[in-house]
Amino acid sequence: MANFSISVNGKSHEVDVDPKTPLLWAIRDELGYVGTKFGCGIGQCGACTVHVDGVAMRSCQMTVENIASRNSEITTIEGLSENGDHPVQQAWLEHDVPQCGYCQAGQIMSAASLLSNIPNPSDEDISAGMAGNICRCGTYKRIHAAVKTAATKMS
Amino acid sequence: MTTNTNRRNFLKVSAAAGGGFLLGFSILTSCEQKAVATMTPELVMPAEFTEFAGFIRIAENGVVTIMNPNPEIGQNVKTSMPMLIAEELDVDWNNVIVEQGKLDTEHFTRQIAGGSQSIRQGWTPLRTTGATARAMLLAAAAQKLETDVSELRTENGMIYGPGDKEISYGEVAALAVTIPVPDEVELKKPEDFKIIGKNTKNVDGRKIATGKPLFGMDVRREGMLYAGVIQPPAFGMELSSFNADAALAMPGIVDVIEIDCAPEGKELQWTDSATVRKQIAVVGNSTWQVMQAKKAVEVEWKRVSPAESNAGHRSKMTDLLATGKVAEARRDGNPEAAFKSAAKVIESTYSAPFLPHNTMEPMNFFAHVTDEKAELHGPIQTPEFLEKTIASLFDMDPADIEVGMTRMGGGFGRRLYGSFAVEAALISKAVKAPVKLVYSREDDMTQGTYRPDYLVNYRAGLDENGQLIAFHVRGTGTAGSPVFENRFPAGAVDNYLAENISLDSNISTGAWRAPRSNFIAGAEQAFLDEVAQAAGKDPIDFRLELFDRAMEKPVGENNDYDAERYAGVIKLAREKSGWKGSEGEGVYRGFAAYYCHNSYVAQVLDVTMEGDKPKVGRVCCTVDCGIVVNPEGALNQIEGGIIDGIGHALFGEMTFTEGKPDHENFNTYRLIRHPEAPSSIDVHFVDNGIAPTGLGEPSLPPVIGALANALSAAKGERVYDQPFTKSLRG
Repeated sequence: MANFSISVNGKSHEVDVDPKTPLLWAIRDELGYVGTKFGCGIGQCGACTVHVDGVAMRSCQMTVENIASRNSEITTIEGLSENGDHPVQQAWLEHDVPQCGYCQAGQIMSAASLLSNIPNPSDEDISAGMAGNICRCGTYKRIHAAVKTAATKMS
Repeated sequence: MTTNTNRRNFLKVSAAAGGGFLLGFSILTSCEQKAVATMTPELVMPAEFTEFAGFIRIAENGVVTIMNPNPEIGQNVKTSMPMLIAEELDVDWNNVIVEQGKLDTEHFTRQIAGGSQSIRQGWTPLRTTGATARAMLLAAAAQKLETDVSELRTENGMIYGPGDKEISYGEVAALAVTIPVPDEVELKKPEDFKIIGKNTKNVDGRKIATGKPLFGMDVRREGMLYAGVIQPPAFGMELSSFNADAALAMPGIVDVIEIDCAPEGKELQWTDSATVRKQIAVVGNSTWQVMQAKKAVEVEWKRVSPAESNAGHRSKMTDLLATGKVAEARRDGNPEAAFKSAAKVIESTYSAPFLPHNTMEPMNFFAHVTDEKAELHGPIQTPEFLEKTIASLFDMDPADIEVGMTRMGGGFGRRLYGSFAVEAALISKAVKAPVKLVYSREDDMTQGTYRPDYLVNYRAGLDENGQLIAFHVRGTGTAGSPVFENRFPAGAVDNYLAENISLDSNISTGAWRAPRSNFIAGAEQAFLDEVAQAAGKDPIDFRLELFDRAMEKPVGENNDYDAERYAGVIKLAREKSGWKGSEGEGVYRGFAAYYCHNSYVAQVLDVTMEGDKPKVGRVCCTVDCGIVVNPEGALNQIEGGIIDGIGHALFGEMTFTEGKPDHENFNTYRLIRHPEAPSSIDVHFVDNGIAPTGLGEPSLPPVIGALANALSAAKGERVYDQPFTKSLRG
């Protein structure tokens, strides 16, 4: 166990954890940002996607020690926008995307990162950019349409 | 229509805390229990489940809170069930707050998510709930406004009388509590609906998009400990002994204990069918610490029943179909003689593997159990059965047990079997603390209640004119046959025989989205294409001829479908898809239609091939589920079922070696991903004004048949075995 300082959603937090603790579990269990979801623990499903210095990453694959040593700024779904009105979040509501909803925070974080890299993505860009996020309910067509709508909003 | 509010049960009205009106009641439904039992034997319910209930709270400021009685697993009932109440209550949907009801056996009934039955069974009772509350508010308003009820009308939570008399629901709610409950109320005509039939957004949509704590995984309480369980690594094994010294020495670990989930003399429910009796529980201060410590526990397992491999299953099932003792489920005419006289006999065998559910949210549950009471909170499709098990395990009065339902990160049948909640309760009691049990993905995938593996053999006899004169289906699978003997083409063939054989296994199986239909629909629809081809007929024409026969002169009794509605979705799909004999170069089409969960679905699916890799293009889908309560939500369900069905048919397969599941996580177990979804899905609902039926399941089963038929066209030979990607390679 050791003390680390990590910055999440613009606030600095002290956590006392095993250095190898995945970022996912530190932000969920220690800091209470439970919007970031546990799905597989091996970086395959995308449910735990957060932004690390603005880039979508799998929080289950990053350790607290690593994040702290790089002074990385973490953004979770709770911090994506102040009022829940990021263009991607708005598009998700417009398209009524979710079924169960469990994977959607990860989908939204991946979509926001995709759009900051490629502001006007093609269908292929969206398919490739969202391929790392699994949705068992099968909302992929809605996700696809919502990413396009969000791109329009951001342009 | 009028509807009776309290034929047997009662209605409870009381003043709500903080003022207002609280109405909760149980009403008998008019639905036939038999139909449910026929549909999904896994979900046969006791008689009292024919009742239903609703819960309305009206505040003085006019805000209406409607409790959603049933568990929300992604099928959108948390939005659509309250819509039914709000419609008849005649309130502005924008003023409605929806809350998830807890298990409440006094006020609610059939609080279950399963069999696509929530809307079908709730259709009349929930609307009656709203209409009754409205009638009482009207009666109260008549007193206050000193006029006759017949002079009053309601609109969006307001009551208007003669001249400029008006009063809000909120203003009369307190008085309405004292009004006797009417025996009969009038329900709206469908043409007067203002909420039903309108696109209504998911009531949790904003919370989901902003990451609010909604799920079992998100539950946090003061002083809560985290727990994990260690279960046998293979089916047929049992805990022998363990040494937890190393685990206990790890940071944050509070305790490592053995739990007995099925002690002698306790009464378990059908929902406990997959319970592993002896388990090890690791309890600590965080999920991660617990997951690490589980790996440090040294465990000795012993084998108590045979080690099964899926390869062995296939050969056992092949033997059973050939020589096993069959149970005849249905016989019409003289199939043996008809097959002898047939000009042509077509025979094929279809198979499908075990499938894990793989809900995105792994199994988990919160429990706080003391000597006096139990609080359980989490994702469960069958809360009432959980309460019964807990009452028996702890010799507790059900009144002292509280079961709350979180939104669920998928269900698909997995959360019908609540052993994980029982484990959480046992752990909490043992460590005397509130506990959240969390399964790792590996626990979740290897301790499943899998969709059983199946094998089915079909034979069809054609006469010299290409008429189907004989049909024989013989099916087997783990824990039961997949055959529905009264479904199409039963009723359309003079000589028909359906037979079942069951394979015993120690691999735990259970309901998986559209149980049995999720396999048999694809097999049957692929086989019918084979028969059509042998008869030299277009697959759609061939099916429609059979439905004509079923309409004109149905064979036998108990045919479990309406031939006219069935043919209706098929004709609509033919029209909407622009179906013709052959398609453009390199585009291969498949057709399928199926009836399950009281709804009719037909699909035309296009496939293109890149080498041996299929890419699904357009899917055209027609649906007859009666009145569509929430069109946008309905569309989402249909699209999801199609994508889910395509994904599992292409990729899904759990295999076992010596009883041990061969896949533990998504690195080797493949679910469909974004680029593999169809390029477009267009859905057409039949508008017929009939009472609504199931939507969460019916679009999945047929798409597997449509896919099989398209892939067979692409490959130039039939594909018989799922997962299809494997068949295409091999």
